[in-house]
Amino acid sequence: MSYWTVTRHIVVKDLRSEARTRELTNAMLFFALLVLVLFSFSFQPATDEERRLASGILWIAFLFAGVSMLDRSFWRERMNECLEALRLTPASASALFLGKCLANALFLLLAEAVLVPLFLVFFDLSFRGDVGIWLLVLVLGTWALVVNGTFFAAMTTNLRSRELLLPLLLLPISVPALIAVVEATAASLSGEGALRVWIQVLIAFDLIYTTLALLLFETVLEGT
Amino acid sequence: MRVQGGLPRWWFGLVGVTGVALILGVLHALWFAPTERTMGTVQRIFYYHVSSAWTAFVAFFINFLACLAYVKTRRPKWDAVAVSAAEVGVIFGTVNLITGPIWAKPVWGIWWTWDARLTSTLVMWLLYVSYLLLRQFAAEHPGQRVWAAAFGIFAFVDVPIVYLSIRLWRTQHPGPVIAGGEQSGIDPRMFLALHVCFAAFLLLFIVLFYWRYRLEQQRVELAELRARLQRLHIDRLA
Repeated sequence: MSYWTVTRHIVVKDLRSEARTRELTNAMLFFALLVLVLFSFSFQPATDEERRLASGILWIAFLFAGVSMLDRSFWRERMNECLEALRLTPASASALFLGKCLANALFLLLAEAVLVPLFLVFFDLSFRGDVGIWLLVLVLGTWALVVNGTFFAAMTTNLRSRELLLPLLLLPISVPALIAVVEATAASLSGEGALRVWIQVLIAFDLIYTTLALLLFETVLEGT
Repeated sequence: MRVQGGLPRWWFGLVGVTGVALILGVLHALWFAPTERTMGTVQRIFYYHVSSAWTAFVAFFINFLACLAYVKTRRPKWDAVAVSAAEVGVIFGTVNLITGPIWAKPVWGIWWTWDARLTSTLVMWLLYVSYLLLRQFAAEHPGQRVWAAAFGIFAFVDVPIVYLSIRLWRTQHPGPVIAGGEQSGIDPRMFLALHVCFAAFLLLFIVLFYWRYRLEQQRVELAELRARLQRLHIDRLA
């Protein structure tokens, strides 16, 4: 089987098991919704400075939701020794990783598709900038969270305190991606600001960490 | 197998040299270097502040190289180097982060500001604390070393990206004083004091690093001995 066929099969497997259980998306959606609602009690954004804060809230909600989802994604593979079985197949580790990553990114994007309209309604916001370009920011930012998150989730899934450890690893690594994606979102909302630079930072971050994760995933799986 | 004894003789010699260097550093920083014109005496913390930052960078770079070496060779030795460098590096990073606000309050009027260098130093420190936490959480797990090595590589690669992105975000820290073009420059005596302090801190780093490295090796040897003892015990029962 070619590399891409393996990747596609992993994605399809994850989507199918999610369609049957809906455990990841349901919990993630509700959790992120709660974060948005709780934050909207704290303040009502009106000025541009507050719009910047609003974009921060949106991404913090995605980040927390993403962490809870990523943690489950490998935990699920451990039941019935599914991860063992996947590793016994001749599929390469990096194809397995890419498949898991794509599936996780799809789940998070799905949740975001529901949450973004709610966010715009709750905070009374609208895009003054180009929405199409912001969709690119959304995809790049989601990938930045998911690529490292999937990598660390595979590492921590065998540990007793995995739920605590995953955010401890993912959050500091994601600092530059978070800054870039929050600034890019604020720029898209207000229609001004250095959008292009932040997209470049995101692309660089995504490329660097996707490469590193693909190269090191096999090594990391040895330990699990 | 024989558990190797204590620390070598050269290490004790180095402790002596380091003690002398640290005293020289204090003399240079507090007496020999002239008082800065605008900031006054409080500027003297600069010699410790900058030296600890540089030493922490050196330590994290060693950690990065050791992580790469471990992934490549899988020798426990490199893992021991990596963890020792990270632990001692976090201590120097902590010194840097504590001396920073002490200096900033009288000079800038604020304890902390989210500027490029402060923020990226803080994020770097957080990354290596995460590295140590990962090791702690994964202790006794067979994956501990290889996971720590992978995270060490991820963390070090993150440092320049963090710096770049925060620099784009905002900046307030003074520009480079040592090699920042014609406008920059410090009194030669200050320059000397800084380098004496840096040398003393580097020596202190080597002392602490080697001490920690031996401890890690002894821990590994002890674990192996325990495992062997247990096997012997089981054999005898059987």
